[in-house]
Amino acid sequence: MERQNIENREHRTAVAGMAPTRRGLLVWASAVAGMVALPGLSWAQDKPRQGGKLRYGMNDGSQQDTLDPASWATVMTGFAFNGSLCNNLVELQPDGSLAGDLAESWTGEEGATRWTFTLRKGVKFHDGRPLTPEDVRQSLLHHMGEGSTSGALAIVKQIKQIDKDGDDKIVFILEEGNADFPYLMSDYHLSIFPAREGGGIDWQSGIGTGAFKLESFEPGIAIRLKRNTNYHKPGLPHFDEVEVVNISDSTARLNALMTGEVDVIEDLDIRNVAMAERNPRLKIVRTPSLRHLTFDMNCSVAPYDNPAVRKALKLAIDREDILAKVFLGEAKKGDDNPAASIMPFYAETPPHHDYNPSAAKAILKEAGLDNVTVNLSVAETAFPGAVDAAVLFKDHAAKAGITVNIIQEADDGYWDNVWLKKPFNASDWYGRVTLDWLLATSYVSDAPWNNTGFKKPAFDALVKSARAEMDQPKRAKIYAQAQQMLHDEGGLITVAFVSWRLAMTTDIGHAALGGILPADNHRGAERWWRTNA
Amino acid sequence: MTTRSHPILSMAASRIGLGLLSLLIVSVIIFSAVSFLPGSYASAILGQNATPAAIAAMEAKLGLNRPWFLRYLAWLGAAATGDMGFSFSGRPVMALIGPRLKNTLVLASITAAIAVPLSVALGIVCARYRGRFLDKFLSTSTLASISIPEFFVAYVVMMVLAVKLQLFPSMAGIRNGMGLGEQLYRMVLPILTLLLVILAHMVRNTRAAILSVMASPYIEMARLKGEPEKRVVMRQALPNAIGPIASVVALNLAYLISGVVVIEVVFVYPGVGQAMIDAVRNRDVPVIQACALIFAAAYIAFNLIADIISIVSNPRLLHSR
Repeated sequence: MERQNIENREHRTAVAGMAPTRRGLLVWASAVAGMVALPGLSWAQDKPRQGGKLRYGMNDGSQQDTLDPASWATVMTGFAFNGSLCNNLVELQPDGSLAGDLAESWTGEEGATRWTFTLRKGVKFHDGRPLTPEDVRQSLLHHMGEGSTSGALAIVKQIKQIDKDGDDKIVFILEEGNADFPYLMSDYHLSIFPAREGGGIDWQSGIGTGAFKLESFEPGIAIRLKRNTNYHKPGLPHFDEVEVVNISDSTARLNALMTGEVDVIEDLDIRNVAMAERNPRLKIVRTPSLRHLTFDMNCSVAPYDNPAVRKALKLAIDREDILAKVFLGEAKKGDDNPAASIMPFYAETPPHHDYNPSAAKAILKEAGLDNVTVNLSVAETAFPGAVDAAVLFKDHAAKAGITVNIIQEADDGYWDNVWLKKPFNASDWYGRVTLDWLLATSYVSDAPWNNTGFKKPAFDALVKSARAEMDQPKRAKIYAQAQQMLHDEGGLITVAFVSWRLAMTTDIGHAALGGILPADNHRGAERWWRTNA
Repeated sequence: MTTRSHPILSMAASRIGLGLLSLLIVSVIIFSAVSFLPGSYASAILGQNATPAAIAAMEAKLGLNRPWFLRYLAWLGAAATGDMGFSFSGRPVMALIGPRLKNTLVLASITAAIAVPLSVALGIVCARYRGRFLDKFLSTSTLASISIPEFFVAYVVMMVLAVKLQLFPSMAGIRNGMGLGEQLYRMVLPILTLLLVILAHMVRNTRAAILSVMASPYIEMARLKGEPEKRVVMRQALPNAIGPIASVVALNLAYLISGVVVIEVVFVYPGVGQAMIDAVRNRDVPVIQACALIFAAAYIAFNLIADIISIVSNPRLLHSR
């Protein structure tokens, strides 16, 4: 029986749980300095202060939003409900690692099929009820069962059984071993709500364990929160109040920031970056994310079933040119690996696919193909800038003797009618917290979103063997192999990795931001502060 | 005959009947058109978690696997009693769009209360002083404001009054629990923008309607009898121009309810137009249908009222020539 103890990760929890120390802040400040090109980092070195209000302009709130965690789909619900009102068993740290939240520690046994979480002591819900294993059990069961339409369905499907063990332990028995299971417990749907007598959870009242209590909720308009004075992390949160406002129009969002209606806005339009940067009251915070924009070729359809064609197309695109002209430098170059460099188990996949039309031409010639013609389906919905990027690609590829016909598809219904259906299409991937999750949903043979039609038994075997592997260095090796295989033979052309772009007033203080989920892994309300409070 | 004793009433009754018939036809169009929107609610809401099994479960839960005609009949029957059914998110549609509709009506009423008297007055002034400086100035500026797209008007208003001069907030996000004074203060910019957008249309049509009446022989007769010009316009021309004025006013009032989406988005005003866009994006069919039906009803109702006003103001319209 193998047994891995993750107690050694406890120190991270301790850091997360306390007001950051001066030294910790200096470390953070230097991390931030690498990320944000700003003269003078006085705001980052400011000690977190207590008090004040955060007003956050978000762009995708919807009137369909509800407090039901199974239905959360927007960043607004993720930030205001999962990140402010509730906690999960575990929490993603800004560096992508995992720390305990409501759980203090966890252990995986029996080939990663049995996971025991020990709950933190003394955690109370907003109404004073203490947190019990039953609350956790019911919160998970909420997403399971017949006819569940939960956004976390695919995660909870791996769970065969949930048992309580005493007053502070909860045991998950999985269908198959999964060494990433604790990571999956950070999924924003899996927020812990109080259990109701006789089963189910009480999500309607919005009572959680989080740093803030719900004050008012107008779906698609605004959510207001007040500080929870009994929060289980000492010294947190810093703000007294948080208000999240939905501003769908990007110009209106920037105007709201410039006129002082809000303090932070998300998703700053690339074309407005220069203007916002000229404003001395504002700063732009870029956080590398998992989100990647791709042109996907279906490896099981001609001509993409020919490895030479795939290789040639990967070399026939000048990503630097696209980054400069379409993304105005606000994105990172992709290298045909879907894993982001901020993910655990990310591996370098040499050699880099740099623009090399003559090499592409040579590869095609060797394969006996003189001129190749491909039809690339794009729409602005596919990813912002997809059409422009495709037009540039057409020019780049022409130099390698490849004709790229751009098929402009309708924005409406793109994800239903084009994605997964047309053999060469543009796609926008928000990424997954773990590599296993990413590969299992999109790259193994029977993956539901295998947009590249990649079907390779050797690759499937690698992913499967890595899933239950508890020896981390061994696991990293397998994952490096899998990523190399996708890079060399896969059907995806990663054009760029984009960053989250927040614009905020210089009055908002923060440490290094997490990029796995938007808005500092949804936890900005808890982690940020006001420098002038 | 009884109808002869109440010709206006019977005319009004038949117009209302026709209005209801158009509403019925519109409802069929709305229902079938919305069913043909590409993409499904299930995949829109489940996003990257939308496995085929999850989509199927959600569609079964929402009853989307029944034939559309049966769904139409059930929907129409409920709608007739004011019940617009349930949003796909599980809440009643009316609970969802009710507060939004109220916000839109407040914005529309305030704007209309300013715009209608103002535009009619300006139209009369233009007609009275036709060809003079004031008329030329108003005609040119209204022509200009008609030609500019509304979002541009909104951005200019916002840039000048909110960003540069900082007189008004850029966001008109009125909330529950906000004082009436603050609500009105926040609504100044959208109201101003809407005024700029609809005034032009109404002023020009009022002016044209009065001028066309002014060309009639009986106006000439009134002038020959020595009536002062002001009295000719107000007592002779205006009453006969009420019909055309009423129809342009009706059109603009209907626009204030159903067409202000762009203004709502730019000023972050929580109105029903935004609710509909939101629903279209999420493929929340019951909400789309309810909004479309409300908008259609607004157009039909305002046109009906305009018709009746025209007839009352000019009973000759009752008899076809």
